[in-house]
Amino acid sequence: MEWRRRHVLGLSDFRPEEIEFVVDTARSMEEVLTRDIKKVPALRGKTVVNLFFEASTRTRTSFEMAGKRLSADVVNFSSSTSSITKGETLLDTARNIEAMTPNILVIRHYASGAPHFLSRHLSCSIVNAGDGANEHPSQGLLDLYTILKAKGKVAGLKIAIVGDILHSRVVRSDLHSLGRMGARLWLCGPETLLPREMARTGATLTSDIREAVRDADAIIMLRIQLERQKTSFFPSIREYCRRYGLNRALFSLAKDDAVIMHPGPINRGVELSDDLADCDQSRILDQVASGVAVRMALLYLLAGGSHAAH
Amino acid sequence: MKKAPAKTILDGKGVERVLSRLTHEILEKNKGAGEIVLVGIASGGIPLSRVIRRKILSIEGVEVPAGFVDITLYRDDLSKAGYQTRLKRTEIPFSIDERKVILVDDVLYTGRTIRAAMDALMDFGRPRNIQLAVLIDRGHRELPIRADYVGRNVPTSRGETVEVRVEGEPDEWSVVLTGAPAGKGE
Repeated sequence: MEWRRRHVLGLSDFRPEEIEFVVDTARSMEEVLTRDIKKVPALRGKTVVNLFFEASTRTRTSFEMAGKRLSADVVNFSSSTSSITKGETLLDTARNIEAMTPNILVIRHYASGAPHFLSRHLSCSIVNAGDGANEHPSQGLLDLYTILKAKGKVAGLKIAIVGDILHSRVVRSDLHSLGRMGARLWLCGPETLLPREMARTGATLTSDIREAVRDADAIIMLRIQLERQKTSFFPSIREYCRRYGLNRALFSLAKDDAVIMHPGPINRGVELSDDLADCDQSRILDQVASGVAVRMALLYLLAGGSHAAH
Repeated sequence: MKKAPAKTILDGKGVERVLSRLTHEILEKNKGAGEIVLVGIASGGIPLSRVIRRKILSIEGVEVPAGFVDITLYRDDLSKAGYQTRLKRTEIPFSIDERKVILVDDVLYTGRTIRAAMDALMDFGRPRNIQLAVLIDRGHRELPIRADYVGRNVPTSRGETVEVRVEGEPDEWSVVLTGAPAGKGE
């Protein structure tokens, strides 16, 4: 197979062989990261712009490091330091950046569909680094990569995702990446944060965390997004923690070799107890390490033909 | 499109003999296998470096370290193709510092692959020297690169293809020259 996709806007239209292609490319990238000199010249002379309209350290740093490991020039724009705060529209901001001829624009935006909108108006490649509650494709791919590394496969595995399913773009991407590769997905959260229509994806929905984690091979705990909780979806953080926080007793229901994941940043003691976050079965830091390899794979694949193509 | 008939340059026995000679030349020049490491260029150089390693073992009784390198990330034409192909694996699980690296490939053509492979090797350490062993040298160099050990020089036109097969049993091995499409030859 050859890679001809110009943008990575979401995983919803990714074919299984494309997902597998990214994973395979990420494996080669991971080898680069084990070398003494952790840098290859593949993207020399290319420019990657990180355009972030939402606070993010991990994802932006991860894309930045991925670009630099591939020898691209990486420029960061964030909303707090740019003219976005002066009332410029998204398209104007993006067009101004495009005038400086970047090859790849990595965008995070609070509005679902912002990357799709830009992909229709700009000629550079667009990577969605999270758009509203829609998708976070690189996270979906790195979650798949992390589980593949820990378990050797995902097909047939029971994977529980617990937390604020409603607002989570990670879930929407995981449903495609893990779901399309044959995982049995269980989504769990309070009724108010568990949209019924998600059952259409083939996932099993439950509000009982014991049911979700029982015999699970992997448990992905989501962050309670305190900044998105303006209207109350549950009575109190304390009650949420008591009913949906993962602790030793609950974790013992999962398979003996189950792994714990979290897209970060963790609210310690809320969705995940302190000891579990740091235990041997936690793959949270592996996710961060895998993230760089997966994002290197995406940047490399997109840099291939986007400019030759027009 | 009509193609000129394929021409066999080497059969299994021929490849075997040529690789035996190459191995002896490598051992002669380096005065034994002491400081040698083998690095095959993916994909074509990998089976060849395996054969050479086996021959060094039977001649000198030494198991030399062997790895392989994929040069895709070091290519100079990455964005020319318009699409991206699959990366291959790189595995050099030993230090190449102060070692004599024998780079192995099946066909030496423009020399661009070798340039890329040398750049890749430099990211793994500082070898004492790098030597190049190829089964076939088909000419048409675009860079000032030459091989230290050549199995066979084969004059070709640019439209022709040299197909090297060194997988499976030795009697299945072959080197075949396939012709340019009729009417498009040089």
